[in-house]
Amino acid sequence: MLKDKYGKEIEDILSRYPVTRSALIPLLYVAQRDQGYVTESAMQEIAHLLRLTPPQVYETITFYTMFNLKPVGKFHIQVCKSLMCALVGSDTVIEWIKTKLGIGPGESTADGLFSLSVVECLAACGTGPMMQINEDYYEQLTENKLDLILTDLRSTGTSPLKSGPFMWPEPVKT
Amino acid sequence: MAGTGEDVSSETLGEPGTPLFIVRLAFNDPMPKHELILLKNMMQPGYTGSLADYEKTGGYQALRNTLGKIAPADVTAIVRKSGLRGRGGAGFPTGVKWGFLPKDYQGPRYLCCNADESEPGTFKDRQLMERDPHQVLEGIVLACYAIGSETAYIYIRGEMVLGSKILEQAIGEARVAGYIGKNVLGSGINVDVWVHRGAGAYICGEETALLESLEGKRGLPRIKPPFPATHGLYNKPTVVNNVETLANLPHIVNRGPEWFAAIGSPPKSTGTRVFCVSGHVKRPGNYEVPMGMTVRELVYEYAGGMRSDKPLKAFIPGGASAPFLTPAHLDVKLDFEHVAAAGSMLGSGGVTVMEEGTSMVWAALRLMEFFYHESCGKCSPCREGSSWLVQTMRRIFAKRGRMEDLETLLDLCKNIAGRTVCAFGDAEVAPIQSTLKHWRHEYVDLINEAEAANLIRPEPVARR
Repeated sequence: MLKDKYGKEIEDILSRYPVTRSALIPLLYVAQRDQGYVTESAMQEIAHLLRLTPPQVYETITFYTMFNLKPVGKFHIQVCKSLMCALVGSDTVIEWIKTKLGIGPGESTADGLFSLSVVECLAACGTGPMMQINEDYYEQLTENKLDLILTDLRSTGTSPLKSGPFMWPEPVKT
Repeated sequence: MAGTGEDVSSETLGEPGTPLFIVRLAFNDPMPKHELILLKNMMQPGYTGSLADYEKTGGYQALRNTLGKIAPADVTAIVRKSGLRGRGGAGFPTGVKWGFLPKDYQGPRYLCCNADESEPGTFKDRQLMERDPHQVLEGIVLACYAIGSETAYIYIRGEMVLGSKILEQAIGEARVAGYIGKNVLGSGINVDVWVHRGAGAYICGEETALLESLEGKRGLPRIKPPFPATHGLYNKPTVVNNVETLANLPHIVNRGPEWFAAIGSPPKSTGTRVFCVSGHVKRPGNYEVPMGMTVRELVYEYAGGMRSDKPLKAFIPGGASAPFLTPAHLDVKLDFEHVAAAGSMLGSGGVTVMEEGTSMVWAALRLMEFFYHESCGKCSPCREGSSWLVQTMRRIFAKRGRMEDLETLLDLCKNIAGRTVCAFGDAEVAPIQSTLKHWRHEYVDLINEAEAANLIRPEPVARR
């Protein structure tokens, strides 16, 4: 049960809104963090918590693209394919990933480590091609950088190549 | 020419006597030749965006000088006088928008900061929030004071996890320092600010869809009227303002509306804009410049010109929703009126540049795929029309098209634009209509090839 595990956090979320339904998306994030995807029992529990019907939860969760209704790989790679990234080579990045990991969009590696999705604009158009892996952005991708990122993720679970607070172009001291 | 560095004076970059940082871009050209407002702090090397750093640059002075000292209605009047217009896309005058709230309404009012930034080509709000979050927060508290709201929600797009963490942390700092919370700075005013993450729907950047989403529902735009000013979040009077709009407020209050109104392209397009340059340029990125600068100057002097020295073929001046323009429009001034007169819109300030050799049919198709994916499904013309548009475009691009397809495209566009609840319908037809207008021959060539090879047959229907 989410309530037993995240009781305090759930209470904090609920306290922010005068109407409880507003807490739906934040609570779905809690559920997704717990299991990597939103399970049916989590949806039912959230419906109960917010006094909604299960269909009300389901219609909302299926409207938004960021919720997984099925398990995904430990590292969920999402490559932007919108025009601005495509102009600077996002299709090539997708090909690299296909070759290196042997998976296409919507697929996961057999070891359950990586899943690939091709997504629309992630607001990093000036630093494309780019991808998001779980919560982190990786920008200005090159084949070499991609190799390093995948190696880092395999060995340590994270990569120092992820983006920090965004700024581009960066200031340079004279 | 920008970039000589001679016109960078100490007045424009800092107080005399303070260390002067001439902000330059990577590579070689020194910049800028005008004063930065929103990006000024973060352009100083070492600036972290923490509360201490922000206060050192005069942060929260506007709030101190306003709360309890200037009447809320006067703050609205100042903003109206400054000519500040919304930076999210529509360009509606901010002070006027605030003025629509009912004066005598007893009960809660809300401010929503629109940080959903999903328009392809736009990445300015991300930088404003992640590098200088307190500038945005000060703007939020000022706006709350002006409209009499005690609660503000920052609706940030779900993918920006880092941004939401940075904002949460900044709100924590501001709460401890007394800038947010109960009895702000001893003025008796209460303002609470919460970060609310979206979950990956482009449409939630539309203000009424944002409100629906914030209420925990599917992000389907509402029919207007009634407008959010009277029936917004939880049916209460609500103002929705973009991040960049709000970030301008502390500066307007500090330095006066006359100062702001003199910048840019007065009287209708005042202030600076943070333009997000992307595509085939040498130095893509965020450039804050006074409104009214020409596209040529922005692209060739700030963004370093074309990356491969192929000539510029096309550009989009205001994000994916804005119609494409041609090299003939390079001297169009980047302000609301001039871009509109050229047949496009300033929108969210996302300038995307394409070089010679880029297929315009391909470019329009890519954007059409985006709109097809993001149509929320509420209105039939948009839901069904986007599907037909994308199928027809795919067919033409795959050299399976026929001449009648061009009429079909235009007919579909005509029946989508203006026939939907929100402006998404107008936006989704822009890439196709404008590329058909300026580069019709590219469509015709593809179709001629298809006809010559006798390849005409429909492609299988694709899934969303």
